[in-house]
Amino acid sequence: MNISNSIVEKAADATAKMTPNSVVRRVRGLSDRAIAWLFIAPAIVLLLAINIFPLIWAIYLSFTNYRANRPNAAVEGVGLRNYERVLTDPDVWQAMQTTAHFVFWTIVLQTVIGFTLAYLIDRKFRGHAFWTTIILIPMMLSPAVVGNFWRFLYEPQIGLFAYAVSWLSGIPTSDIRMLGDVSLAPWAIIIVDTWMWTPYVMLICLAGLRSIPDYIYEAAEVDRASAWRQFWSITVPMALPFIMLAILFRGIENFKMFDMVTLLTGGGPGSVTEVASITLKRAAFESWATGRASAFAIVLFVAVFGLANIYVKALNKVKQR
Amino acid sequence: MQKKSKALLGLASALMLSSALPNLAKADELTLCWAAWDPANALVELSKDFSAKTGTTMKFEFVPWTSYADRFLNELNSHGKLCDLIIGDSQWIGGSAENGHYVKLNDFFDKEGIKMDDFVPATVVGYSEWPKNTPNYWALPAMGDVVGWTYRKDWFERPELKKEFKEKYGWDLAAPKTYDQLKQIAEFFQKREIDGKTVYGASIYTERGSEGITMGATNVLYDWGFQYDNPKKPYEMEGFVNSPDAVKGLEFYKSLYDCCTPPGSSNVYMVESADAFKSGQVAMQMNFAFTWPGLYKDEKVGGDRIGFFPNPAEKAHFAQLGGQGISVVSYSDKKDGALQYIKWFAQPDVQAKWWELGGFSCLNSVVNAPGFAGSQPYAQAFLDSMAIVKDFWAEPSYASLLQAMQKRVHNYVVAGNGTAQEALDGLVKDWTQVFEDDGKI
Repeated sequence: MNISNSIVEKAADATAKMTPNSVVRRVRGLSDRAIAWLFIAPAIVLLLAINIFPLIWAIYLSFTNYRANRPNAAVEGVGLRNYERVLTDPDVWQAMQTTAHFVFWTIVLQTVIGFTLAYLIDRKFRGHAFWTTIILIPMMLSPAVVGNFWRFLYEPQIGLFAYAVSWLSGIPTSDIRMLGDVSLAPWAIIIVDTWMWTPYVMLICLAGLRSIPDYIYEAAEVDRASAWRQFWSITVPMALPFIMLAILFRGIENFKMFDMVTLLTGGGPGSVTEVASITLKRAAFESWATGRASAFAIVLFVAVFGLANIYVKALNKVKQR
Repeated sequence: MQKKSKALLGLASALMLSSALPNLAKADELTLCWAAWDPANALVELSKDFSAKTGTTMKFEFVPWTSYADRFLNELNSHGKLCDLIIGDSQWIGGSAENGHYVKLNDFFDKEGIKMDDFVPATVVGYSEWPKNTPNYWALPAMGDVVGWTYRKDWFERPELKKEFKEKYGWDLAAPKTYDQLKQIAEFFQKREIDGKTVYGASIYTERGSEGITMGATNVLYDWGFQYDNPKKPYEMEGFVNSPDAVKGLEFYKSLYDCCTPPGSSNVYMVESADAFKSGQVAMQMNFAFTWPGLYKDEKVGGDRIGFFPNPAEKAHFAQLGGQGISVVSYSDKKDGALQYIKWFAQPDVQAKWWELGGFSCLNSVVNAPGFAGSQPYAQAFLDSMAIVKDFWAEPSYASLLQAMQKRVHNYVVAGNGTAQEALDGLVKDWTQVFEDDGKI
């Protein structure tokens, strides 16, 4: 303790000696509040430049006919026409439905499986640390690697997934076309996302379970509460804020799902896996309809922001119970 | 103190000088941007002659096909200086010309005596001209390419298969001349066991994300009578894009997909199609001609085992154009050097060597030379194919037009939603909207 203190003091002395007198004089004249602003200012400037300015710029562009690939063309205001086009476009609504389908099912599966795994890991059985590490591996991989890896697994002729399903069900491997079949392709993506991100949900749930004090369970034991009763009356309610936090994070992330879908199906077959982010990317960076794409981005932003806000309020209520 | 200052000044000067030296050396350096594929490697080899002759170092920026358009169109739209020369896709010509990305080459061609009549006419229209069929040149035809077919000649020549085929269909098993024949062959080979392995009929383009299924479907649709618009009234698409013949063509493409492709062929483009052929999965393969030299050299399926044929005919006879022209990027600081490269590249002897190395020259003196057809096993098929080419829209909004077709066609052919008539009617609607947005109708 003393040694570290003396190191800090020496470092402070050295820094003070090295600071030019002109700077020392200026800093001495500043109030604590001014110094606080001085430290915060770079972060605020960065935030304004990287987050706020592009957002304001996108809002402006959403009311124009601007196309990024025609920088020399006159930019004209179009009022609410871009928003009208976006909100009446059947493709946009189909993409939103597809996205909602993904978000719903990935959240349901990841929450149920993630919480179950966390509950089992929390039992601290022999080798639980090893299994925790194994379960976490998919989450550590790059989505690009995961996408390509699963594309091969789903391959009807050589893929392990088709082989395993065929072995279990007796259906010929050539008929198990996970990525080419309209009804299976959305599930193919849901399976991959669940495989990759369930460990993340598990980690958050595990943190929740570990935060429950042991004495509550001891008191329940004294009251002769059954294991089932303890689970529903103590474990689930006390872990609920953590579960809801995991749902919030995964919901926002999956609303933006892009890389996995692009790698696995490219939005196909047809448009059954074309999620909102792919439609947006196509409008913005392939069609270069920058104004319309900006309007679409704003609509998405408002939808996510609005839903997240409602959800956070619900989360706070749960925490306050 | 003064000595110290002088020493520091000297050090700083030396550092500045040393950092400036590489810039001086880079003045004679040109960057050429293209897709990362076999012909690009041939161009690297070819360009060594240019460097030896002029002392200009050639740098290459090659991007995989999957991100080629995204990467370089972003570069052009942001007025980037990365590329001095670019070999841009044929569809980019309209947008690149109208948005000022490419240098107009008419004056340069006139000054240097480069005549567009010296190049295969279809490639001049496809790769160089905007507006189409007008003498406004934005590129020099660089890499001729077209969708054609390869087949397993060794399987076709097996006596027992020939006999069985003749008995079943009543004609000799050989490279098909019509689509009916192509489908019969594909059906014949579908799920057949050859050398202890299950094989399939044909690999065709079905890719959803970029342009794959459009390149494949149009290749077939043209032959049934599909037209982009009324030849007498531009942008009038009703009755041309969705004509009864076009509908039949699209129905045929779907039937070919359903009957005769390997399982899991829902997202196939150039690489996947070549892989299906190389791995001995399919009897026939639809692919751009650029893949042919590599496949011919392949140890397992190349040499005597492979044959080549142009797109079969039906009511009409066309093939989907691929390929690119080479352009000078208007944002480059080295436009003069880039023009010198084009001047060098246009020379007949350089073009002849380009063909030898694996590039597909578009120069008449090369492709019409007496020995050309016999110079490579695929040369005749290439010549025949280039004689029947037709290209997708090259409008500035080609990407929106392409996206619409990708969606409509994939929805019908692969996903099996709706009918061919509905798909093409929807396409007319989408394309009309794009041209209305552009103020063209």
